[in-house]
This record gives sequence, structure tokens and C-alpha cells, in this order.
Amino acid sequence: MRIEKCYFCSAPVYPGHGMMFIRNDSKVCCGFQYFSMKAVREQGKKGTSFRFCRSKCHKAFLKKKNPRKVRWTKAFRKAAGKELTVDNALEFEKRRNIPIKYDREMWKKTILAMARVEDIRKRRHDQFIINRLNKGRALRKQRDIKEVKESIHLIRPPAADLKKKKAEAVVQVIPDSEDVEMLEN
Amino acid sequence: MASYNFKKIIVVPSAKDFVDVILSKTQRKTPTVIHKHYKITRIRQFYMRKVKYTQQNYHDKLTQILNDFPKLDDIHPFYADLINVLYDKDHYKLALGQLNTARHLIDNVARDYVRLLKYGDSLYRCKQLKRAALGRMCTIMKRQGQSLEYLEQVRQHLARLPSIDPNTRTLLLCGFPNVGKSSFLNKVTRADVEVEPYAFTTKSLFIGHMDYRYLRWQVVDTPGILDHPLEERNTIEMQAITALAHLRAAVLYVLDVSEQCGHSIEEQIQLFKNIRPLFSNKPLIIAANKIDIISMDELRDESKEELKKLEAEDVPIIPISTVTEDGIVKLKMEACDRLLAQRVDMKMKGPKVNDVINRLHIAQPTQRDTKARPPFIPEAVKMRKQAMEVESEKKKLLRHKAEEEGDDYILELHKEWMLPEEYKTDIIPEIWMGRNIADFVDPDIESKLLALEEEEKLREEAGFYDDDVSSEDEEMAEIRSLARQIRDKKALIIKARREKSSMNAPQVPRKAKAVKRKSFETEMNSLGIEPTADGHYTQVRGRSRTPVARKRQRVDSTGRATSSMRTPRDESGIRDPEKRKQARDLSKKVQRKMNQHARKGEGDRTILSRKPKHLFTGKRKMGKTDRR
Repeated sequence: MRIEKCYFCSAPVYPGHGMMFIRNDSKVCCGFQYFSMKAVREQGKKGTSFRFCRSKCHKAFLKKKNPRKVRWTKAFRKAAGKELTVDNALEFEKRRNIPIKYDREMWKKTILAMARVEDIRKRRHDQFIINRLNKGRALRKQRDIKEVKESIHLIRPPAADLKKKKAEAVVQVIPDSEDVEMLEN
Repeated sequence: MASYNFKKIIVVPSAKDFVDVILSKTQRKTPTVIHKHYKITRIRQFYMRKVKYTQQNYHDKLTQILNDFPKLDDIHPFYADLINVLYDKDHYKLALGQLNTARHLIDNVARDYVRLLKYGDSLYRCKQLKRAALGRMCTIMKRQGQSLEYLEQVRQHLARLPSIDPNTRTLLLCGFPNVGKSSFLNKVTRADVEVEPYAFTTKSLFIGHMDYRYLRWQVVDTPGILDHPLEERNTIEMQAITALAHLRAAVLYVLDVSEQCGHSIEEQIQLFKNIRPLFSNKPLIIAANKIDIISMDELRDESKEELKKLEAEDVPIIPISTVTEDGIVKLKMEACDRLLAQRVDMKMKGPKVNDVINRLHIAQPTQRDTKARPPFIPEAVKMRKQAMEVESEKKKLLRHKAEEEGDDYILELHKEWMLPEEYKTDIIPEIWMGRNIADFVDPDIESKLLALEEEEKLREEAGFYDDDVSSEDEEMAEIRSLARQIRDKKALIIKARREKSSMNAPQVPRKAKAVKRKSFETEMNSLGIEPTADGHYTQVRGRSRTPVARKRQRVDSTGRATSSMRTPRDESGIRDPEKRKQARDLSKKVQRKMNQHARKGEGDRTILSRKPKHLFTGKRKMGKTDRR
């Protein structure tokens, strides 16, 4: 038993969930990623098999949509550089077609390693997204600065300062008594 | 050398079709338009071309037929004789000869008429000459109807003849009717010849092919022959005779020892003796067929005597049965070997052999020593062989265990796994935290994880994870809030502008608009500028002095008070000025929508009817078309 991946959106498909489509192309041992050897063995199915997590993905597949061009799929996000794709932490999970004999110690080690790898992967992934978002942040900053520079007059009249200065000047002049007299004359 | 594939002869049309084809071709492929006022040379040329073209076509078609049909003198005598037997040589030659004559005649007719056409002095006369020429050619052709019909039948028959190669390795079956020649052919080759239990089932030659010694052999099945003089033989028998006479083949004389064919063995041997001259210089074997019905030992003494006599003359007799397939292979091999030997013999005597023989060399290596060199068999193989011979104790299987224990047996396959004992009962985890453990299992996962941790540490030290997002100073925060205010303000301005522009009023450019002093002042104040009291905006444009009328006023005039001009049309209908204004507003309002949509209004030119009926009906005679 294993958790398959949805052909379309790459979501995990747990045993007993989703649906499988076998293409009638007689390819028993193809190098296809989501091909299930087990299905061939147990059900005598011969052909490329495709797993789908839900009817939405299945329908999209039947409509011949390309998952790389549909924005909500993992394939799109990876192809468009939205997510971490090249990293050593991602190298651990791999479909290995070499049978390995069961060894309790090795399994223990593996499970411990899985937890650690997952931690590291998550951390790197988060950092990747932060880095990706930084670009937009800088741009927005640039835009704000430009906005303030060019259109400040809309909220703060350029002559407002002048008037204020004038008023201050008048206030300063008033205490001078000689001037007042002169004015009166 | 003529080829022996007669399937490619093209169809010979009947006389009527022939004429139709030629004439329609002339009509299609030569020009058809001519007028009497054309130059006479052109007219002559036009008709001459027709005549010549027709003649050329006749000539080509006939030549094609004459070339396609095989010439009896050129082809292999076997085929020549076969054609003679089947279609009668004289008739065949006559038909072809007649076609040849017809071709000559047509050529002559065409030549004569072309000569006459040179002197044609009018279109009419030329046309008549052409007609006469074509008519005569077609008449000649029509007379060949019978020949053509005959040739067509010959063609159809020829196409269906088996393609026998007279020079290759051949086995030839002959004998009385219904002795089992066709059955033998069916057994030996891939052919599927009709076999029926009555005489003359096979009415023509049949051919089958087989392989022997990596060579291709043809086996020819002939119709049965009866024992009477050559002159009395019919066409079916003559085919067999022709094949016997001309093919250089191994002859298998099939003898029915059971006498079920209706002829006694003595009769059959008599026939054999009669046609013996045809077998000269050919390997000859007698196949004693149907031994499943009567064996060779059960034959009558006289028959045995006769057969023995034949054997004494160096004619092997091989007993066969096409039903049980006894002796068939032996007969085949014997016949083929004899023929092959004879053919090689012939070649050795021929003149060409020296070219080949001096190139042949068969190496016979001398023995090196007397040491034995047997094939090498490995020890393991020998052991295995021995073990297979000796019965070893059988391994006890789970199946046996299950049978022993009966209902108490529990199938525990995991106990059979090739694992250490303590692991066998483990429940192997497959999924953990939404991931397949099998995808992570790797013998050197520890070292890889170590490398990853190392890398992670380096990254941390390099400050890869330091966040610089929160480092935003106060100044920047103010700028941001200012920018937001500006954007809000801009949005407000845009909204106000939109509101204004949706009003139902003509748009006047801002420069052309009169600005009120009051509004100007408030606006400037809002911007923080106090407009000075004597600014330029306070100035009013002066008016020049009104000139005084030079003429004196005519006070005493009694003329009309109002102008005698016609009243404008928009004022003429309604007397009351109030009502008139209302009407004008109304009409403007009605027009507004039209103008907005750039549609046709009442001021635009209208054509009520694009095609007025009265201008387009009726018969036209003299006169103009624009009014009736």
C-alpha cells in the first residue's frame, strides 16, 4: 500500500480514495512516474495508469488540460518558479524501483531521518517563499516613494508653507512699537 | 526470349467499341471549331489533322495488339504447341494476319485522303473528304469484328493458363484418368487442385510448387490420357501430350493398381508402352498408386509379371498411396534426385561447363594427428545429468503440510520470507506523516542526512535565514502612509470627475470656460495662496465706445415695423414664444440619444426606397431608364 500522487494536481491520494485511469496503450513497464506496478500485478491492468485525487482533476485530465498550464496545480507552481524545486532536501524522497530487503534497523533510521528531512525542507521552503515575496515588497516601496515625490501636492498644497511663514513673519513684526507708529501715520 | 506470362496482354475491344474509342478520341483531342471564312490552307490543315490523327490511333492500337500476342515462332515449342492445341494455330495466325492487313489498309486510306485533301477548295469539300476517310477506316475495322472477338477470347484464356516455366526443374504427372495424379499434386505441393471420383476431373494443365534440397520445383499435373492413336485424341488429352513432349522433366507415370479407375493394370501398362517414345531422355518412374486398397503382394500373377518386366527395363516402380501418404516422400525424393542427376549430367556435357568447373575447388584437409578431440562437457552438467537419472528424495512442500494438517493448517507465508527470524513477524510500516516510507528507504541515508545537516549549518552561519523584513524605519512608515493618503485623494478626484462627465451637458474645454472670481479665490485659498486684491484676475475687459449713428433717426417713418424677411422655419409653426422654446428643447432632447449613438437623425439624408418599383418594372423601350 502506498500514497499515490494525483496525476493532475500532485495531491496525495490515500489508499481507497480517488480514482485511477488506465490508458489502453499496452505499456507495462513504462518509465512513467505514477505508474503502478502493483495494479498490473494484481488486476492484470496493462497500460499507463493515472491517479486522480478527485473528480475535478479527473475531468481536467479528460479535457486534455495540461497541468503545467493550470494555475492551481503543483506542476504549474513548480514550473513557474513559485516553489522550491531544486534542493538537496528534496532528493531524499524518490521512487526507487530497486527492491530492498526489510531490515528493522534501517527502517528505524529511515523514519528518524524522514522527520529531520521534513523539518529542513519546510524551513528552506518557507525561506524560499519569503525571498520570493521580497521582490514585490521592494517594488512597492519604490512605488510609494515615487508617489509621495510626485503627487504630494494633492494632499499638501505647496503654498501652505508659504502662508505659514508669512504669518509667522507678521507675528514677529508686531511687537516693534516704532513700526506701529509709522504705520499709524 | 519471350516471357511466359500472358497476363499482361491488354484487352482487345470488339469492333464497335474499337471504332467508338478511336472516333471519340479524335473528337476530343483535335480542334473542333472551323469556319468557312478561314484561310483555305488552315481549313485543309484542320481536316488533314483529323484524318492523320485517326489513322495514327488505329495504327498504334493495332500495333499494340499485334505486339502483345505471342508469336508462335518465337516462344518455347511447348507453349507454341499448347496454343496450337487450344486455339488452333491456323486460326490464331490468320486473325493476327488480318489485323496486320487492316492496319496496312487503314494507312493506305489515310495517305490517299490526305493527298486528296491537299486539293480541297472549300470547307464543305474538305469536310466531305474527311468524312469519307474516317468512314472507310471504320468500315475496314468493322470487318475485323470476328478476328477481334476471337483474339479477345484467346487473351482471356491465355491469361488463365498456369505460368509453367519450361526450363526449370519439373516433375510431370501422367497416366489414365482418375488414377490419382491430382491427389498426388495436392499432397506434395501447396496447390489445391480439385479432386473428384470421376474421370477427367482435371481438364487442363495445373501447376504446383514445392521445395526440395533448398530448390524450387514445379509439379505439373496433366489431364488423364486414354489409350488410342494420336489422331483421335481430344484437346484435353492433347494438352497432356504436349507437356510430355516438350517439358524436360521427370515423368511420374501414375498407375492405379486397384483398377478402380476402370482400367486394368494391363491396359495401363499398354498405354505406358504406347507413349513410351515421349519419355525418351527423361527420368522415368512408375508410381503404383492406391496401395491402401490392394497391396503389391495381392496383385494377380499376370500383373506382377508385367510389372516385373518393366522393372527389368530399368524403370523403378514405387508403390504409393495418396490417402495414407505411404511412399509419397520416397517417390518425390527419387524423382527429384534422378532429375537433378540428369540435369547435372547434361550440363557437364554442355559447352559452358568449362567456365564453371575450373573455378570449383573442394578442399580435403589431411588429418593432423591421431589424437582424439571429443566435445567438451563441463563437470556440472555431467553431474546434473546423473542426478536426473537417479531418483532423489522429494522436497516437502507447504501443500503437503496443508494436506497433513487439514483444517488446523494456517497459511503463514511470512514465515517463508528470507529474513532473520526476529524480523519475520514485524508489521512493516508503509506510510508515515503522509509520505511513503519506501520512497525514503536508502542504505546510505545516514550519510546523506549528515551531509544535509552540514549544509544547513553552513547556511545558518552565512545568514541565509536572517530576516530583514522587520527592519523598516519610521521614515519609511510615514512615506507609506502619505502614499496611501495620496492614492485615496486621487481616487476621490477620479470619482468626482466621472460624476461630472456623466452629466447631460456639452463638454467645454477648461480653457474656454469662464472662471468665476469667487470660485477661483476659494480654490486658491484651499491651496494656501491668498490671492492679492489687485491681481490680474480682477481686471475686466473694457468695452470700446459705441459708435454714434451717423444717420439721423427716422422717427416719422410709416414703414413696416418688422422685417419683411420670411420667418425661420423653426419659428413659423408656433406663435407663442414660450411654446416654441419648449418645442425646440423637446426636439433637441429627442435628438440627443441619436447623436450619442451616432445614428441617423432627421437631419440626415434619407433614401426611403432604394429601388422604387415604378422605375424598375415593365418592359423598356426607347427612352431613359430613370423616369417612366
